[in-house]
Amino acid sequence: MRAVLLLGYAFLYLPLALMAVYGFNDSRLLTVWTGFSWRWYAALWNDGQVVGAALLSLRIAAVSATLATCLGACAGVALARFGRFRGRGAFAGVLAIPLVIPDVVAGLSLLLLFVAAGVQRGAVTVTLAHAGFTLAYVAVVVQARLADTGMDLEEAAADLGAPPWRVFASVTLPLMTPALVSGWLLAFTLSLDDLVVASFTSGPGATTLPMVLFSQLHLGPTPEVFALATVVLAIVLAALLDAWLLRPRVRVAGVRTAA
Amino acid sequence: MNRFLVLAPAWVWLAVFQLLPLLIVLAVSLGEPSEGIPPVAFRLSGASYATIADVFYLRALAQSLRVAGVASLACLLIGYPMALAIARASARRRPLLLTLVILPFWTGFLLRLTAWVGLLKDGGWLDTALGAVGLPPAHLLYTPAAVYLGITYCYLPFMVLPLYARLTRREIALEEAAADLGASPWRVFATVTLPLSIPGVIAGLLLVFIPAMGEYVIPELLGGPGVETIGRVLWSEFFDNRDWPTASALATVLTVALVLPAAAWQWRQGRR
Repeated sequence: MRAVLLLGYAFLYLPLALMAVYGFNDSRLLTVWTGFSWRWYAALWNDGQVVGAALLSLRIAAVSATLATCLGACAGVALARFGRFRGRGAFAGVLAIPLVIPDVVAGLSLLLLFVAAGVQRGAVTVTLAHAGFTLAYVAVVVQARLADTGMDLEEAAADLGAPPWRVFASVTLPLMTPALVSGWLLAFTLSLDDLVVASFTSGPGATTLPMVLFSQLHLGPTPEVFALATVVLAIVLAALLDAWLLRPRVRVAGVRTAA
Repeated sequence: MNRFLVLAPAWVWLAVFQLLPLLIVLAVSLGEPSEGIPPVAFRLSGASYATIADVFYLRALAQSLRVAGVASLACLLIGYPMALAIARASARRRPLLLTLVILPFWTGFLLRLTAWVGLLKDGGWLDTALGAVGLPPAHLLYTPAAVYLGITYCYLPFMVLPLYARLTRREIALEEAAADLGASPWRVFATVTLPLSIPGVIAGLLLVFIPAMGEYVIPELLGGPGVETIGRVLWSEFFDNRDWPTASALATVLTVALVLPAAAWQWRQGRR
């Protein structure tokens, strides 16, 4: 058992570790070690194209994840709480489309929509497209959470005379908050990571970070990419550590969160 | 709460951003290429479907099936023992072990692929390691094997998560009963644990197979010209040849081929 886990984690982490080490390489070549240097971190810091694209990607990811969370929550609540409403099967089916179609199809179809509507393509169309394909993931997370918690508490509140909006605001909403947070994070990550849909739906002047990285990979990457990967890894680790340290405090506050 | 207020925005959004785009793809696939902007002339024609019935496209489809099949089986072979080991770890350590599986997923898809370019390229890290023990270089980059490795690496979390969810829910009482009645650990696994985890296996295979089937980036960056998958063909029809009807016809075929089995599976699950 232990050997299995060691091998599995070695497979997952060896490439990341090599990247982190070779980000400090002095050579222009990706994999030939010549000596320690910070030069690629300096290059990254001064690379206006990469920094600008990263900021644009973060903005698009934040806005599209927020949009996807609002709409995905509506869809998740409808599926988990409205019983067998009319058109439920069709609703669930259409909602699940992005989970089943490849991203080349999603990208092409959304591009054709924007062309047909005569919309100028740019950051706004990428944001809408990302909200479109990440919404389904949020809905799945919210629905699963609400299905898990059951309706007992909401029924109790209603029996005690709370009007429907009150039941929603003081029972359902707090119950699904952890799902809204993890759904938003998932949508944010998917948007930040997407190359294909963005390539189809973007226009001149709106180049996201994955688009910049993709063209660099085509032209032959420098260790600057490794430096960037190491920075991203450090940010993710810091965020995880922070979440880890915050966990006990959340418990004390009386809110049970799914670990 | 007013149901209409919750359902209406979701329905409007889904109709505009999910259904309508796919209908436009279908419409464009029935048009013909033209010189204008957009480069499509709408006249009901099956020409683009006749185009993609060619050996070139069928070979790309077969290539995609092979890539997705090999990668999802590889994910299963690596992911099942990992999911089982995590599910059997002490409850205190499980969250950490699971987070470690998902963490690479948060570090960026293209960044992780760059690491694989560094590993597999001629004179890369793998060749250096092989040379150190006196073995010849592997020449793996720009081969199908590189694509299998890349997809397996990137999609492994999607296999481990559903398997883990299923294996932690396993009927412990049944396993203990089998062991008490004298079954060897292997026998317990083969006759109790494995059959009970089959829904997780199917979910994991679908979660890897479906996106791998239309994958563009990994074959493009690691596969070289030899691995022409359907995703790459669609991309180049659209961006390089500006043949929107043929790209749309490929998208339509791919969508039907993936949505129908998934819908059938969902329907069966719903009836249980």
